[in-house]
Amino acid sequence: MIAYLGRRIVQSVLILLGISIITFALLYLLPADPVRQIAGRSATPATVESIRRQLGLDQPFLVQYGRYLWNLLQGDLGRSYIQRSEVSQLILARLPATLLLMVGAIVCELLIGLTMGLAAAVRRGSRTDNSLMVASFVGVSAPQFVVGLLLLYIFAVRLGWFPIGGYGTFRHLVLPSLTVGIMGAGWYARMMRSSMVDVLHQDYIRTARAKGLGRLKVLVRHALPNAILPIVAMVGIDIGILMGGIVVVESVFGWPGIGQLVWQAIQRVDIPIIMGVTLVSALAIVLGNLFADLVAPFIDPRIKLR
Amino acid sequence: MSADIARSASAKAVAADQAAAGPVLAVSGLTVVVRGEEGEREVVSDLSFTLARGKTLCIAGESGSGKSMTSLAIMRLLPKPATRIASGTIGFAGQDLAGLDERAMQAIRGNRIAMIFQEPMTSLNPVLSIGTQLIEAIETHTDLSRREARRHAVEALKAVRIPEAESRLAQYPHELSGGMRQRVMIAMALALKPDVLIADEPTTALDVTVQGEVLELLRDLQRRQGTSIILITHDMGVVAEMADRVIVMRNGRMVEQGRVGDIFAAPMQAYTRELLAAVPRMGAGAARAGIGEPAAPAPDVAAVRDLFVRFDQRGGFLGRVTHRVHAVEGVSFSIRPDETLALVGESGCGKSTTAKAIAGLVPFSGSITVNGRDLAGLSGEARKAVKRDVQMIFQDPYASLDPRMRVGDLVAEPMLVHGIGSAAERRERVAALFERVGLQAGQMELYPHEFSGGQRQRICIARALTLRPKLIIADESVSALDVSVQARVLDLLKELQREFGIAYLFISHDMAVVENISDRVAVMYLGQIVEMGTRAQVFGNPRHPYTRRLIEAVPVPDPARRRGNFARLVHEIPSVTRPRGEEPQRLRLTDLGDGHLVEAEAGIIPGLPLRAS
Repeated sequence: MIAYLGRRIVQSVLILLGISIITFALLYLLPADPVRQIAGRSATPATVESIRRQLGLDQPFLVQYGRYLWNLLQGDLGRSYIQRSEVSQLILARLPATLLLMVGAIVCELLIGLTMGLAAAVRRGSRTDNSLMVASFVGVSAPQFVVGLLLLYIFAVRLGWFPIGGYGTFRHLVLPSLTVGIMGAGWYARMMRSSMVDVLHQDYIRTARAKGLGRLKVLVRHALPNAILPIVAMVGIDIGILMGGIVVVESVFGWPGIGQLVWQAIQRVDIPIIMGVTLVSALAIVLGNLFADLVAPFIDPRIKLR
Repeated sequence: MSADIARSASAKAVAADQAAAGPVLAVSGLTVVVRGEEGEREVVSDLSFTLARGKTLCIAGESGSGKSMTSLAIMRLLPKPATRIASGTIGFAGQDLAGLDERAMQAIRGNRIAMIFQEPMTSLNPVLSIGTQLIEAIETHTDLSRREARRHAVEALKAVRIPEAESRLAQYPHELSGGMRQRVMIAMALALKPDVLIADEPTTALDVTVQGEVLELLRDLQRRQGTSIILITHDMGVVAEMADRVIVMRNGRMVEQGRVGDIFAAPMQAYTRELLAAVPRMGAGAARAGIGEPAAPAPDVAAVRDLFVRFDQRGGFLGRVTHRVHAVEGVSFSIRPDETLALVGESGCGKSTTAKAIAGLVPFSGSITVNGRDLAGLSGEARKAVKRDVQMIFQDPYASLDPRMRVGDLVAEPMLVHGIGSAAERRERVAALFERVGLQAGQMELYPHEFSGGQRQRICIARALTLRPKLIIADESVSALDVSVQARVLDLLKELQREFGIAYLFISHDMAVVENISDRVAVMYLGQIVEMGTRAQVFGNPRHPYTRRLIEAVPVPDPARRRGNFARLVHEIPSVTRPRGEEPQRLRLTDLGDGHLVEAEAGIIPGLPLRAS
């Protein structure tokens, strides 16, 4: 177990290192010039050059990356070009909001998706099954900004059940979480259905029924733990997909998370913020996967961490 | 035993007394239908029988005979929604099970009628401990406290002779061997002392020696608990060993029923006679005498010297090798042209791994010579050329043919791989092979799912023959087939040998089949050969206790020659996985004369009873 964790941590560090190199290189090759953004249109060439030198952007790629990495190892993510404050503080200030939205989204995904998948699998081939699968297909294929605006219009503008935007109470959380979660719910519904249908055909389900167990017990105690295994692994990977959705949804709902931060930073080529948010997201994905792998042996005793 | 169980047992005993005169279970006019693409089709038709108290009824038949559907119908576990009981009654304890609702049926399942299934490896839930699954079965039908239920579960495990029963409760199914799992299934089924136990092919997936023990255990428990058993099997040896009465089924209909002695001594129906005639019997192989003596010392087709196959298991931070699986440990043998060498042994003994090494499918050390060329020294093209001479036929004809290719193309593929002939020539050769193995050339355009299991195995044989190999490795190639099909495929293999002079390496766990087809036999145990000789030597004069045990374990298809108590194995067969650096002891073979090799000190093998019989 200790050896396994040790090896996974070493792997994770290597992954983060790789991601930092790739992102840094992509931003370096970008045709947009951050210095022009900082200096503004009216700046003289001399001012532009002085800012460039000041930020170290006149150095070759390897020197720039080396300096960034050296600072990173000391916990310094650099300063924002535009906002003139520490990137780490900007991120830390907005991280709780994003984490909250992410947890809300995952809860929505699993609650809606797993219930739908379970119901469809149990009534396989029925009208319920068909309509649930059509619904999940719509969920998977609807773009999130459309879903977000639709939910806003119905539940905030027309019905007035939830606030139109902002952050602070549980009621603020519902619509953004649903918007991010609906797409994932569609995926999970389909995965859960096929996984469950598979499990329901297994010999041990027949054994459980032959013991005289009731339908619910067979389903909950015997089928569910087996069917949920592939889903657990999926949740780990899902965090990455969620990040993409969160960037869009945060701007639709005016949610003050790192999605909005990075959205503004991309428009202004604010490289330190883009780098910082990318690394934090990557870390979240790596940790999510590690967590999923650590949970798996508790569900399935056949899985050994080696 | 707790009061509750005793009470329910005594209630059952009262019911038993009342019904003592009549049968426990009376099935009448049972018809089961499956809804398919062309409407409903009967899989069990108008079946009637009764099950007497404390007796064993065997339902025998080949695949598709409807025997499993019958058992699932009694349990009302037919796969929904496609399958249903169309008509008939299932009388049990004054009720008609066919008309009972699900809730009432749940009170009967596992409590009054219990069932065990064929596949012990998949019939237990992999994520729940043995204890959870066993205690759950007890708690479902009694009001016992968790502590009492647990104690009862331990007793049930002891009753099926599982050692260290107490600590087994915390174990998970994957930590137990197949035989142990089947015992857990039996413990689960018999924990509540049901009136009827339905056993659907309970020993088919088990090794022969384990099969003997499990059957004996069932008989013993039946004697003590007075359970009535419905045993469903395709194996006439098991029928002869276990049954009081027998029902022979075919295509969903009862062909014949009667007392076991009558069925075997004087079968009334032609189908029953065919079925019995097809059963491979020990001692019948004598018809194949005269081969195997070194008449003309032809060069060996294949020679294996000191073959080792080991697989590393890694662990720790740096993933270093911590354990090794010693699958094959220093095996040596040779095969002459025209000869069939059988490798026998139980699961995990290394017989299939040996075959894979010869076919070049796993890395090995030692030397394997095919047609005078050493595989170890060759690479790339040269090795591919040698591989032409060695072809394999696998166990499962359903899994070894690509479902998306036409069978004609499947058979032609080896020629394509080795770049032999033009398209027309290949077609012609495939057509000829189809005719030769008993299919028609017109069937080349069909897909695998349009053939039966036996026909598919013929296609596999045709595929193995395309390159005119010197050696065919048949890895359990007839084990998955019905007996009547099995007999015909074995005959085909023998004919082809006479015609083309092919040598066979025949791998099997079935001693009766081995005696039927082999010239020489090598018995493997834990990766090493413990006895090797001609068929007459090994079967006529088995010298190693393990060989004797294997032969003894085969159920004899003759109810007049039932065995007494089958020698019980004290320990589980040990694992071939060992910590790194801990080498297994090499066994030395001694020649008893005429090439009959036997491992010298039989006593040193772990896990074997020293007592010979």
